[in-house]
Amino acid sequence: MWTLFHKFGSPPWLYRLSGSILRWLLPLTLLALVAGAVWGLLFTPPDFRQGNSYRIIYIHVPAAVVALAGYYVMAIAGAISLIWRMKMADVAMRATAPVGAALTFVALVTGSIWGKPTWGTWWVWDARITSMLILLFLYLGVIALYEAYENKALAAKACAVLSLVGTVNIPIIYKSVDWWYSLHQPASIKFTGGTTIDPSMLYPLLWMIVAFYALFTCCLLLNMRAEILERESRTAWVRRLAAGE
Amino acid sequence: MHPVRRQRLFLVLFIVLVSTVAISLVAYALRGNINLFYPPVEVAQGKAPVGQKIRVGGMVVEGSVQRSADSLEVRFEVTDYEATVPVVYTGILPDLFDEGQGAVAAGKLDEQGVLQASEVLAKHDENYMPPEVAEALEASKQRRMEAGQ
Repeated sequence: MWTLFHKFGSPPWLYRLSGSILRWLLPLTLLALVAGAVWGLLFTPPDFRQGNSYRIIYIHVPAAVVALAGYYVMAIAGAISLIWRMKMADVAMRATAPVGAALTFVALVTGSIWGKPTWGTWWVWDARITSMLILLFLYLGVIALYEAYENKALAAKACAVLSLVGTVNIPIIYKSVDWWYSLHQPASIKFTGGTTIDPSMLYPLLWMIVAFYALFTCCLLLNMRAEILERESRTAWVRRLAAGE
Repeated sequence: MHPVRRQRLFLVLFIVLVSTVAISLVAYALRGNINLFYPPVEVAQGKAPVGQKIRVGGMVVEGSVQRSADSLEVRFEVTDYEATVPVVYTGILPDLFDEGQGAVAAGKLDEQGVLQASEVLAKHDENYMPPEVAEALEASKQRRMEAGQ
């Protein structure tokens, strides 16, 4: 197990591994996204109260779920970077931030578009929406903090501490609709107990959540590969790669 | 584990723990302000300020919605099944606003305890189902009620 852990610290090994994963995961993900979108938009019944406008759930919920999970990926990479001083953990942390920020942004924008026809407002400062906005700023903060340092080791340390502090926000976002009075309704899919969403609508939603996890993985690996090449641009293996050998 | 790394692991746990405690205390201190709206029972107990803009949220009482014949004025009551707050609003209601459904009204309480609302938002619940399933549920509820009587 420890040898595998140390292998992840090797840039050429990680570069090759991610390349062979992406070769099949990337087309599969795009296919799953298209299939899930078609399923959700065309082959599900309308909702009894919201009609067709609820269909934005097939983008909104997966983006939000993966944005939250992605934060833990970033924070765990940050913890590994702090404890083991592993450069590839820095790379993973740095690569997660823009993907997470984009997903959070998508969740906020689709939520806003959904809110206008259902609630009657684009934006309201309730606990769920505000804590989600804080998540966006945490992701953007990690990107900005990393860029603010010349020294990459120092930058990784600062970003790791920021992302660890920010983990507090994740359970707050998740439980905000239960702890406080909010306009946002409570979760329809719960870890414990039943769901309050009809199976004919639930299965395409679960499909889309899995597809978004795959999309997150693809974006993360692509980002990591770019960062690895940039960091290792002076090494022999990257020069050989660039020369096409 | 190497002692230096173990020390760093404790540092990581310490950072997470301390920030959790700090933010929990802040959230606890601000708990009243984090709530988006007052439930009607707090308005009835006088916990909501009079003459200031507040939000009141709850279920719209069945049969309480009265629309004015010659203007956009609408009167209704919101309840949390313990207390009820009457609301007056002039404007267009959101599509999902309905009797027996959740709503949040923003405005000022007048001396009579009526909320003069400047904004009304619909609050929908976490249930999603096709119209046919909703109709079937409604029909079986009717049958049960008839069987009960």
